[in-house]
Amino acid sequence: MLDPVITPELIAKHGLTTEEFQRIKDILKREPNFTEMGIFSVMWSEHCSYKNSRLELRKFPTTGPRVLVKAGEENAGVIDIGDGWGVAFKMESHNHPSAVEPFQGAATGVGGILRDIFTMGARPVFLMNSLRFGDIRPDKPNAATNRRLLSGVVSGIAHYGNCIGVPTVGGEIYFDASYDGNPLVNVFCLGTLKTNEIQRGAATGVGNPVFYVGARTGRDGLAGAAFASRDLTEDSKADRPAVQVGDPFIEKLLLEACLELFQHPEAIVGVQDMGAAGLTCSTCETASRGNSGIEIDLALVPQREPGMTPYETMLSESQERMLVIVRAGHEATITKIFEKWDLPCALIGRVTDDGFMRVKNHGATVAEIPAKQLADEAPLYKREATRPADLDERQKLDLTSIPEADIHDVLGKLLATPDLASKRWVYRQYDHMVRVGTVTAPGSDAAVVRIPTGENAWKYLAASVDCNAHYVALEPKLGALIAVAECARNLAMTGAEPLALTDNLNFGNPHNPENFYMLQQSVDGLAEGCRAFDIPVTGGNVSLYNQSPAGPIDPTPTVGIVGIIRDVKHITPSHFQNSGDAIILIGDIGEELGASLYLREIHGLKRGRPPELNLDREKKMHDAVRSLIRLGEIRSAHDLAEGGLLVALAECAIGGTKHLGATITLDLSYSRLDAFLFGESQSRATITTRPENASALVALLELRGVPARRLGTVGGNELKVQVSGPTPHEFSWDVSSLHQIWNGALDSYLS
Amino acid sequence: MRWAVLQFPASNCDQDAFHVLKNVLAQDVEYVWHKDSSLSGADAIVVPGGFSYGDYLRCGAIARFSPIMSAVKEAAAAGKTVLGICNGFQILCETGLLPGVLVRNTSLHFRCETIPVRVENPASRFTSDYLTGQVLHLPIAHGEGHYVADEATLDSLFQHKQVLFTYSDAQGRNTPGANPNGSQRHIAGICNRAGNVLGLMPHPERASEKILGSADGLGLFTSILASHGVPQAQAA
Repeated sequence: MLDPVITPELIAKHGLTTEEFQRIKDILKREPNFTEMGIFSVMWSEHCSYKNSRLELRKFPTTGPRVLVKAGEENAGVIDIGDGWGVAFKMESHNHPSAVEPFQGAATGVGGILRDIFTMGARPVFLMNSLRFGDIRPDKPNAATNRRLLSGVVSGIAHYGNCIGVPTVGGEIYFDASYDGNPLVNVFCLGTLKTNEIQRGAATGVGNPVFYVGARTGRDGLAGAAFASRDLTEDSKADRPAVQVGDPFIEKLLLEACLELFQHPEAIVGVQDMGAAGLTCSTCETASRGNSGIEIDLALVPQREPGMTPYETMLSESQERMLVIVRAGHEATITKIFEKWDLPCALIGRVTDDGFMRVKNHGATVAEIPAKQLADEAPLYKREATRPADLDERQKLDLTSIPEADIHDVLGKLLATPDLASKRWVYRQYDHMVRVGTVTAPGSDAAVVRIPTGENAWKYLAASVDCNAHYVALEPKLGALIAVAECARNLAMTGAEPLALTDNLNFGNPHNPENFYMLQQSVDGLAEGCRAFDIPVTGGNVSLYNQSPAGPIDPTPTVGIVGIIRDVKHITPSHFQNSGDAIILIGDIGEELGASLYLREIHGLKRGRPPELNLDREKKMHDAVRSLIRLGEIRSAHDLAEGGLLVALAECAIGGTKHLGATITLDLSYSRLDAFLFGESQSRATITTRPENASALVALLELRGVPARRLGTVGGNELKVQVSGPTPHEFSWDVSSLHQIWNGALDSYLS
Repeated sequence: MRWAVLQFPASNCDQDAFHVLKNVLAQDVEYVWHKDSSLSGADAIVVPGGFSYGDYLRCGAIARFSPIMSAVKEAAAAGKTVLGICNGFQILCETGLLPGVLVRNTSLHFRCETIPVRVENPASRFTSDYLTGQVLHLPIAHGEGHYVADEATLDSLFQHKQVLFTYSDAQGRNTPGANPNGSQRHIAGICNRAGNVLGLMPHPERASEKILGSADGLGLFTSILASHGVPQAQAA
């Protein structure tokens, strides 16, 4: 087959600018052929090269005493958790594929992040996800489409994760019209490994054989990385061929075969998964890391169909494939293991020393590119950033024009919103218990998973993913800072101290200065948060071009933090545990209604400045809760987030299995009752403790500089709230009715 | 006593069953690969959960042709204990060691949660540590757990007390709302007529340690141990 002639149109279609094409010619010292241009276009896409975001990402703190593999060094970062064990974890997006083909898009998102983790030599032990969709309520625009996307994405995640036997233990889902037509699917995976068994993705040792293992290469996912690096449009459906098709069965075999192979360190030089940009990325990156070269012959690549061109083979993103550099003389080790697992395994090339990625087809050279310049020297752009013209206006909030809604009514309405409603409809489709490690199941502040580190020896990890994108949309730096604080807070509630963070930066087209401002400010906020809590960023993902014809998504810098709980006794539930326990509020009452769920859902206002965050106070609060947990003084702990104080109290009552009510007395001054009860001021939590210890605990918290007061007592079938003051109020809700509203809401929207 | 845990391609609860047997119950346990043809003298065989062969074609339909399944059939005929959990239950049905078949949940959704399961017959080698009508809290995790058989088979199963577990509510009633997958007559687990082969959809191995929320499944394993004359093991 003849390659097409390279025209300016063809160059543009590959997403390359005139300058970038010139740079390719400078590198090659000649015109590229069609295959070479394809190779450059995927490697220099935002998805692979981070060319628009890399300068920003340098602001993140990435080092620390526990960091074993730094961000950007390999497929995923690795953190030391002690006693010779480490964890590899990372979050990655599959937004664009999920927008056009939700089931396969989400499924292969899971497949991709799993490979990133086991490429490091780690056994994946749990998954989480962070999802965004447009509104799914029947009376909202595009609801039917949004429900189809949600259903498809959840089924896709379930299909892949359940089959491969890695539990999905937690996550978050939020809904907003800005995600209409552009859902977000961010998948997190964590794996465990012995710290002396970390695998590297470098091709070293001239003459060492290069093996291709796993599924055969087909024509699916052609140039998916490039597809993910442009806006979604009406025509994006035509890009369905750019969406990969996953096979979790093959991935499970590949996982087990690779882990078995890694037990033979004498045979392995390097390993790299074929994710975005497939064979292209894995060959040039391993050569670049190894300061070597690599030569492969495409005729030797296991192929699903005949007649694939070199361009197609190099740009295919077929799933479940890995590249393994084997030490010469140990070829039999790898072939024997892959034969056992009935997986294709082919010798496709050798490590060379000339710095080139050389691709042959039946012996004839079809691409010859300096590996380092292709892999590491993509152009870097400092994009223009402008504060959105309407941001200041959107932050203005005139409360006098907003009537106070009926409190009794509001609580029920908020608990029935898709944002707050129980996500049982979703998580019961995920196997969240396989591997017998899930100590705290979905539906709590953070997931808690035990990790085997020997015979009947365990470590206890907590993990959470968080981002309130409404805050970010209304003040990006503060919003991103709150995302870190909230995620760390969720961990503190379970008794965990944070170890490290992964992020997934989901933004609109970076060529729009207002979008880029959001990215830049968000990175500043995340970086500040990480420094404050002393947690390094160990990797992540950037997904730009998240915009449909209606505009960009709300900027969504999602963070995932992993923490460790020192002792099994410290694992603390979110929900009320015993009748008679005292309820203590940590933090101030606050009356900040800006950017709140209450304003959005009850008054239809997406405006106001997000609540302020005092980092020092936030940190003191986390430390205090953790130390009280370690003293055995806390029976349950739940942070205050969307919906504020009243929603948090209701969640403590209706979550979990016990469904205990409470009697609350609020003897405080306030200006507005709705702001008092539904405001989202930060650095707050409710904890419960034995009644006889309550006053001592309050004193202890005050002593540590953490405001605290007793609010009431757990017990009964009702949530009763008495507000004293010039106009006393008394409210009560039946716990089982609240539970019914909250528990059944998603089912009712989706059935 | 000696245990074998089978491993098919894409078994994924094999390590969980192995863990409970080895670490919780201190048993002599080994993995047996699907391409093997010998169970090397195991007294009890666990056919674990998962997605053997990707569940392509039909759950358990390809696994039945694995070399090891001939050995399992021989062991079953010889009266050895065979325990099929989830996908293992599906495989035992496909193999013909148990009657009936498991089809797609009526909801069409995969379902994973801890639910009440009632003990129907404690007079079996799998249930002697339970009481009649006892309600256990056991996790399920399946997309195809809807048990189907013809009326005559169902009648016969009940008549011969082969139905060991049914889905119930927390009070032990077989209400429609308590059936998670549409199983006929709420069937959650059945044994063969001889009483040495059990298949069940719930996962006792996921409910064998208190820290995981329920230890109600441990009784199934200790019942088997008792039936093999092993003194009551120390429960975790």
